[in-house]
Amino acid sequence: MPADIALRAKGTTWKVSLTTEHPLVRWGFIALALGYLTLFLFIPLVAVFAEALKNGLSGYVVSFMDEDALAAIRLTLLAASLAVPLNTAFGIAIAWAVSKFEFVGKQVLITIIDIPLAVSPVIAGLIYVLLFGLQGWLGPWLSEHDIKIIFALPGIVLATLFVTVPFVARELIPFMQSQGREEEEAAITLGASGWQTFIRVTLPNIKWSLLYGVILCNARAMGEFGAVSVVSGHIRGLTNTMPLHVEILYNEYNAVAAFAVASLLTLLAIVTLAAKSIVEHKYVSVEAAEEPLKTH
Amino acid sequence: MSIRVDHITKRFGTFTVLNDVSLDVPSGELIALLGPSGCGKTTLLRILAGLEQPDQGRIVLNDVEVTDRHISERHVGFVFQHYALFRHMTVADNVAFGLKVLPRAQRPSAERIHKKVHELLALVQLQAMANRYPTQLSGGQRQRVALARALAVEPKLLLLDEPFGALDAKVRKELRRWLRRLHDELHITSILVTHDQEEALEASDRVVVMHQGQIEQIGTPDEVYEQPATPFVYHFLGDVNVFHGRIPHDRSAQEHPNGEFALPEDLEDEHEVTFVRPHDLELSRHRTNTSQLEASVRYVLTAGSRVRVELLAVHSSQTIEVELTKERYRELELRQGDVVFVHPRQLQVFRVPSS
Repeated sequence: MPADIALRAKGTTWKVSLTTEHPLVRWGFIALALGYLTLFLFIPLVAVFAEALKNGLSGYVVSFMDEDALAAIRLTLLAASLAVPLNTAFGIAIAWAVSKFEFVGKQVLITIIDIPLAVSPVIAGLIYVLLFGLQGWLGPWLSEHDIKIIFALPGIVLATLFVTVPFVARELIPFMQSQGREEEEAAITLGASGWQTFIRVTLPNIKWSLLYGVILCNARAMGEFGAVSVVSGHIRGLTNTMPLHVEILYNEYNAVAAFAVASLLTLLAIVTLAAKSIVEHKYVSVEAAEEPLKTH
Repeated sequence: MSIRVDHITKRFGTFTVLNDVSLDVPSGELIALLGPSGCGKTTLLRILAGLEQPDQGRIVLNDVEVTDRHISERHVGFVFQHYALFRHMTVADNVAFGLKVLPRAQRPSAERIHKKVHELLALVQLQAMANRYPTQLSGGQRQRVALARALAVEPKLLLLDEPFGALDAKVRKELRRWLRRLHDELHITSILVTHDQEEALEASDRVVVMHQGQIEQIGTPDEVYEQPATPFVYHFLGDVNVFHGRIPHDRSAQEHPNGEFALPEDLEDEHEVTFVRPHDLELSRHRTNTSQLEASVRYVLTAGSRVRVELLAVHSSQTIEVELTKERYRELELRQGDVVFVHPRQLQVFRVPSS
């Protein structure tokens, strides 16, 4: 809709613009935003790939031939492949409980889910060290039974789990609450069991929202540095994830290798963002198409 | 399926939604639960379906107590106000849902399901829409899909929760006639929850009028409209004029069997309330009887099939609504400010318990 309006008074006509600012102001803001993004996002992004490819493609490839680099990649994938499904299951369960049932303490529960977002990841890591570390509460018992959690895979997975708890749940809860429970009730009156209702009615309705949550959860799981750094112990080839490996390489002045691994994480981020915007697009258009269902 | 609702009470927190409600519905009847929002009619329907549990009382379906039975054991079809269609499924898949989730042993073959779905879509006149999604249908079409979906599992009892509440007036009228015809064809015991008195009176065999968690009156549409049992029913079913005060004994209906009885004007005595429908009031230009009420014409509304006249009683300054036929209106030649004389053809007096 054109926002320009012509006002006529005392024989004069003014063209008054109601919603669009003066062109100078408009372009000023756009330039500012673009400049800011270039300086703080685009240049660093390009720098990552430029540094990684400084010694040519072969130098880049060689960086990944390193045993430790491969181990870090494997470990990151392994931790994410454990943490993401667990938090997805948890997120669905809690969103289902919160949106389809009434119970005491619901608001408290919703608030608790957000704790990992409010707590510094380093603190999250420390909690596990205090719990499972040698000097920790359960440390003596664990070492007696020869169970290693801190400075080993379980600790890394636990730390990753902790920081990624909210992503799926937070995405699903408002969406499922807005959908109400009428469709589930309809399914049950038609004779469907709880499981059939979930698989045939609830899951198809939440799939885009769920996928969106999973993508965000995965991005965070692979990129987590702070919490994992505390519990990992930085044992090369064993307990180093990709972000930790990048730090080590960099500290050893091995810039090309550091940036090569970093570029992999960056690529992952770009792929994630692309996937996210595709899902978001789907999700929004599905929601828009559903709107008349509610209002009619 | 016959239904017996036996002393059902339901509370949400401290609020009593249903207070000791009992109701019997014989097999094959179409019953309307009528009442304003918050009267407990939807809660009663959900308790019948098994979607809510009562705090006290029993539900008996076909002489079997089902109070603690799961929804799936009750064989009810439920139609929701906002359709509750599965939005990611086509119309045909929506209708087939109840058959597809049956245990393998009872599930019909794919061809049988396909055939049944098309029969049902034919019944609700939506064969052409089989492959559409719910969002591509109008509100009235969606509700017909919801009805076909509920009928697919061959319920013994059909529960309809304000099924036409979200539709516009014209479609609502069409659909309730269509529902009535459908019921006459299928004879499934049905309960229709509605706050629309016209809908209740037109579609049902019997009307159950509810108010504040209790049943006010049960009767045929004629009974509840012509002989309302309580002031609330009188108010709720159609427009009404309310006159407070006692009718002098010598001017009461018994003394004037020809319908020449009076309206109370004595506001001292609040223990008696007289109800008169606007179309049961007669107007005349001249006083023919001492008991007639003198009033002046305030507004005349001529739009519609009947003429509505708003009067102001001269002594009590009470507003009185009168409905006239067009012919009578032309005879009277009413203008704003004219003085007229009012007398009722029919009225009902209720005693109000003194507070």
